[in-house]
Amino acid sequence: MKYVTETIVLAVGAFIALLGAAFAQDRLFEAHMWVLFFVLLASTLFMIRRISFAPVIASRSSEHDDGYFDEVIRYGVIATVFWGVVGFLVGVVVAAQLAFPDLNIEPWLNFGRVRPLHTSAVIFAFCGNALIATSFYVVQRTSRARLFGGNLGWFVFWGYQLFIVMAATGYLLGITQGREYAEPEWYVDIWLTVVWVAYLIAFLGTILTRKEPHIYVANWFFLAFIVTVAMLHIVNNLAVPVSFLGVKSYSAFSGVQDALTQWWYGHNAVGFFLTAGFLGMMYYFVPKQVNRPVYSYRLSIIHFWALIFMYIWAGPHHLHYTALPDWAQTLGMVFSIMLWMPSWGGMINGLMTLQGAWDKIRTDPIVRMMVMAIAFYGMATFEGPMMSIKSVNSLSHYTDWTIGHVHSGALGWNGLITFGAVYFLVPKLWNRERLYSIRMVNWHFWLATLGIVIYAAVMWVAGIQQGLMWREYDEQGFLVYSFAETIAAMFPYYVLRAVGGGLFLLGALIMAYNVTMTILGYQRDEAPIPGATPALQPAE
Amino acid sequence: MSILDKHAILERNATLLLVGSLLVVSIGGIVEIAPLFYLENTIEKVEGVRPYSPLELAGRGIYVREGCYTCHSQMIRPFRDEVERYGHYSLAAESMYDHPFQWGSKRTGPDLARVGDRYSNEWHVQHLIEPRSVVPESVMPSYAFLKETPIEVKTISMHLSANRAVGVPYTDEMLENAVADMKAQADPNADTSGIEARYPKAKLGDFDGNPAKLTEMDALVAYLQMLGTLVDFSTYDDAAGYR
Repeated sequence: MKYVTETIVLAVGAFIALLGAAFAQDRLFEAHMWVLFFVLLASTLFMIRRISFAPVIASRSSEHDDGYFDEVIRYGVIATVFWGVVGFLVGVVVAAQLAFPDLNIEPWLNFGRVRPLHTSAVIFAFCGNALIATSFYVVQRTSRARLFGGNLGWFVFWGYQLFIVMAATGYLLGITQGREYAEPEWYVDIWLTVVWVAYLIAFLGTILTRKEPHIYVANWFFLAFIVTVAMLHIVNNLAVPVSFLGVKSYSAFSGVQDALTQWWYGHNAVGFFLTAGFLGMMYYFVPKQVNRPVYSYRLSIIHFWALIFMYIWAGPHHLHYTALPDWAQTLGMVFSIMLWMPSWGGMINGLMTLQGAWDKIRTDPIVRMMVMAIAFYGMATFEGPMMSIKSVNSLSHYTDWTIGHVHSGALGWNGLITFGAVYFLVPKLWNRERLYSIRMVNWHFWLATLGIVIYAAVMWVAGIQQGLMWREYDEQGFLVYSFAETIAAMFPYYVLRAVGGGLFLLGALIMAYNVTMTILGYQRDEAPIPGATPALQPAE
Repeated sequence: MSILDKHAILERNATLLLVGSLLVVSIGGIVEIAPLFYLENTIEKVEGVRPYSPLELAGRGIYVREGCYTCHSQMIRPFRDEVERYGHYSLAAESMYDHPFQWGSKRTGPDLARVGDRYSNEWHVQHLIEPRSVVPESVMPSYAFLKETPIEVKTISMHLSANRAVGVPYTDEMLENAVADMKAQADPNADTSGIEARYPKAKLGDFDGNPAKLTEMDALVAYLQMLGTLVDFSTYDDAAGYR
């Protein structure tokens, strides 16, 4: 009897959602419970169609219990590509809204509601799915063990998608905690906690049942990422709900304490979600794609512990010159600057893995993508410590420079390394000889890189100009510019930024097409990349 | 390199690796955040900061709901240009009842920490309905729907008690009168002696230009108009408050 329990659980869930809608304390909770009801109802109907009453033993033999659990990873890769395109598209929309405010459609598609949708879609939906899928792939291979917990992997995947759908629809309805990158309200947070614990069990369980004596370095990073994100998520979202049938909750902390807790979370969402987890990705896929061992084992030990220790301290640099006590600001700045070293330790270890295979940058667009990702990681982790210096921050804070900085990290590092991993995984997971098209990977690489360079350069100029205009005085000692004038000055930059984002989106669409065609089993008839197979040289 | 050789122990024991990582990542947060709760000078001693009135709290809820923090900060830094542009730099005490804080991280629009009393109610309503009719350069979205949306009154005391549960000193009297106070604050004909005693300096009267209806616009404008107005800076000692 396959799927019977799952179907019953979904149906009960749908019924509870219906009760939630019926007894809701406020209109938003009612609307959100209707969303949940229809999602769960559709899932129930889908599962009913798949119920099989054949004996369990017969159905089990069709699955390869001894092999790796790859089906959930195939779903994860598709979800990564899908949410990536969605996240980038919403990003282009919000960028256009800032240049052309008439594109705001009140109330559901106003900037203030769509921007959290963009940030969450990229960080949690795109990067989150990439992390779950790649960590499941890596931990099975490097442990030589099947993913622990059987169908737990499916629960993690679908539970996480439900979290994304509830968070995203909530933002558009106006359900938010008003904490950056932690916007989902209390009930969605509780659900994510459940899913995350299941993720930890599946991941750690696989390591504990490994057939390799050593735990591979990529898994240290994945493990630190999972456990730290759990800690951050739980502490930062401590709140008292107004009602158990209402959306609104009030944070357990207030003012200064709340600010530092939030940025302790916010900065380490970057540090562990977007850095440690992705370094885990780098430590598996880069050596695999270039066919070389990791450069330095000792460096990986030192920079792993230094990175996870120091990142946690860096949060206060988001609060320079605010009402946060000076000692905390200074401490945050000092650790942010020190963090430069372990960050570059990771960059060096990734780049130097290419030692002896540097020619692959020329001949393999996937390697090129990974190398560019590591280069952007290095640039962003230099820029970050620089911006955390208080005197630099006094200019850069509150401006678009910060926005440019996070995008060189998110698009350059997280985006490109994920694309590289996707291009590596798709032919292997679907047993294809190669990708549909290698040349399209090349196009994707150049469009993405050009998009990021435009985006970051434009935001540097915009941010520095904005910061300087705010503090410009004339000879008589008056402020030169009204705030409104500084907004008007941003217009050309906001248009160009949308263009940069649009190029990046175009590249992602090419990837989506390429991946789809590969999965469907097509191979594009195309000339190979020059130099991929060295031409024979005549003997002298 | 003996210590690095010992690392092999961690590499062979997933539980040790997990516990070790968790210990290492706990330290920074504990050292930085925990003292903020017990160091007495974290929040300056100032007169005037009080819990939000029911209508202001509802307005703050709308401010949070609409994601105003994505473009507006509420944190004036102690720089000459910011102090001249926005007013006295922000004190920690001024957000001590803010659950959550809304200091913000980006100024696509100006800082709002002291926007209270700067513009008339009519200006705010017009600006929220059609921002570019009063500020041509603005890129702010329109919030005309707030004027048409009635505010939920009956649940407000639950919001006050949730705030009390997280440490805001709302009294029993405030909770009992929450609904009445919420209506009275935006009603030009109401007896406001109670609300004035409970919430000193609360702005009174019709906010959205339609006294017949209590809307989300009333609440949001009431909130905006009190921002940064509670502390009397003529009596504040900067040197004593320095941390």
